[in-house]
Amino acid sequence: MTGNNSTTRPKGAEFSRRDFLRSGAAVATATLAPGVTLIAFGGSQAQARADAGKRWGLLIDAGRCDPDCSACVTACSDENGWKDTGHPETDAQWIRKVTLKNKFTGHVSSAPVMCQHCEEPPCVDVCPTGASFKRVDGIVLVDKHTCIGCRYCMMACPFSARSFIHEPVNNQKTHAPRGQGTVESCTLCVHRVDNGGTPACVEACAATGNEAIIFGDLNDPTSDIAKRLAEYPTSSLRPDLALNPGVRYSNL
Amino acid sequence: MERTIYREIKATPHLWETAMVLAAFIAAALGAVIYVEHHGHIVTGMNNHIVWGLPHVFAIFLIVAASGALNVASMASVFDRTLYKPLARLSAVSAMALLIGGLAILVLDLGRPDRIIVAMTTYNLSSIFAWNLLLYIGFLVIIGAYLFTQMAIGIPYDTVRRIGTLAFLWRLALTTGTGSIFGWLVARPGYDAAIMAPLFIAMSFSFGLAVFILVTTALCRLSGRQVGPLLMTKMGRLLMIFAAAVLYFTAVRHLTNLYTAEHAGFEDFTLFSGGIYTWLFWVGQISIGGIIPILMVLHPTFGKTPNATILAAVLVVLGGFAQIYVIVIGGQAYPMELFPGFEVTSSFLDGEIAHYRPRWPELLLGLGGVATALFAIGLGAKVLRILPTTLSDANLSPKD
Repeated sequence: MTGNNSTTRPKGAEFSRRDFLRSGAAVATATLAPGVTLIAFGGSQAQARADAGKRWGLLIDAGRCDPDCSACVTACSDENGWKDTGHPETDAQWIRKVTLKNKFTGHVSSAPVMCQHCEEPPCVDVCPTGASFKRVDGIVLVDKHTCIGCRYCMMACPFSARSFIHEPVNNQKTHAPRGQGTVESCTLCVHRVDNGGTPACVEACAATGNEAIIFGDLNDPTSDIAKRLAEYPTSSLRPDLALNPGVRYSNL
Repeated sequence: MERTIYREIKATPHLWETAMVLAAFIAAALGAVIYVEHHGHIVTGMNNHIVWGLPHVFAIFLIVAASGALNVASMASVFDRTLYKPLARLSAVSAMALLIGGLAILVLDLGRPDRIIVAMTTYNLSSIFAWNLLLYIGFLVIIGAYLFTQMAIGIPYDTVRRIGTLAFLWRLALTTGTGSIFGWLVARPGYDAAIMAPLFIAMSFSFGLAVFILVTTALCRLSGRQVGPLLMTKMGRLLMIFAAAVLYFTAVRHLTNLYTAEHAGFEDFTLFSGGIYTWLFWVGQISIGGIIPILMVLHPTFGKTPNATILAAVLVVLGGFAQIYVIVIGGQAYPMELFPGFEVTSSFLDGEIAHYRPRWPELLLGLGGVATALFAIGLGAKVLRILPTTLSDANLSPKD
């Protein structure tokens, strides 16, 4: 893994005049007449609420991540309604903790892995129906209405970040609909983000005092995440694939 | 040279028995589909590591064989080999039927098969999978038209040749697309190789001809029609060349991987330490599906008998299944390296070889797809005039 100090803005994330107009129009019209405008824009409700000027992302500091802590995993599960039933190969795992032992030095560290919200997401490229899509603010989602359950996105995801729902689901959260036979993954708690909040994993990690996960707008140079990315060396997973993930790691 | 007369096959008790057996397999597959759709894919052996399982092995075999089953028609129309002209109609029908059988499996294994209309109407054109759907539909339309031009009265032969050439080019594109479903998966060490496309084309030539040989033999035996031993031997020779081509592309693929340290782990897994996958590779794919049938056809005495061709075709089919199993399942079982230089452990079992044990609903669905293809070929031969009354060697022209 090579270091990848993100001091420049990611490609395609410039806030152009067109983006500004589109984002302003989306906010205004979604507020005034959502039903009409969503059809007029030809996009989903999730896409319409995204702000093209932003690129949401996470910075995960493996140096602060406690190998024995799984608060982020528990929080995600509680927030989004997926459960550990003791079958790790078929259970949904929107986020998982990985323990890393350096093969040469023996040093042990840990970090959470979830959807990396790539700028060039392979899952979006390969999805035959376009159910996998990326919002203009960089959040990668699955449209649960058009996912046919072919699982090609799971073949393509370099991070094994997606889960197929193998069993009937019940007691779903209204903000995180799930359906048997479709694919799902971390939504970056889009329902919270769209209302000005932060993802549940970030909140839970902060509550433990570790503060190993920081959430923010990668495009905003004044944001905490952008400042840290500019200041410290960080890396992304599978940098060889040039996917420019929205999730970055430090101290791996 | 005798005039070729095409006639529908007669409804003999043997034919009915065969149809009933195939129908039973199709019914069992539909039962398995309902069972899986009710309980979810949890009742299959597939999981979040092995997301494509045994149904996909069957489906990909049939789809690859479909384009290859068109070989004989292409040999006749495009390359003007008179020997194969009497079989061109059956070749076209077999190609369509095999594709339908393979697609039926793919669709019925979807997590949401009820959304097939979404798949048919909503295309993401950056997806090779979506391109494949268009290639499949185009294949059926073009082969249908090709069959029509062959069977309709008064169509000039030039027209048949032109549409036959289009069908041949289309089938090359189709198999390129099928191979690219894997070749374009950049993240997985078992895929991500441009050679997947030509490898799949070679596989299609080989598996398709093998299936066609067996289908022709079975149909002629069921309908009491003669197949000339020289015709069979010629097809056996052709099959040998195609099987050798598969071995060649397989060797190039693995030698290229072995040359780069990056792929050493995956090659060690496939060639030496992969358990069932290594066994299927060497015994199934290379020996049973490649070397043995080639040597069998080359044998100075046995190789000149129709039985050598039939047996070689059976072995190529078995080896073909083994090969696709190794590519599809083995390629997923070998873990992706997210953190180079680290030993990784997690609740998702990162860093471990993934487990997969196929279960009966998957097997029934796969067999049902094969039965669907065979039933469709039989039905075609029953209602259409696609099978000559005789395939005796009297039809061989001197240049063959």
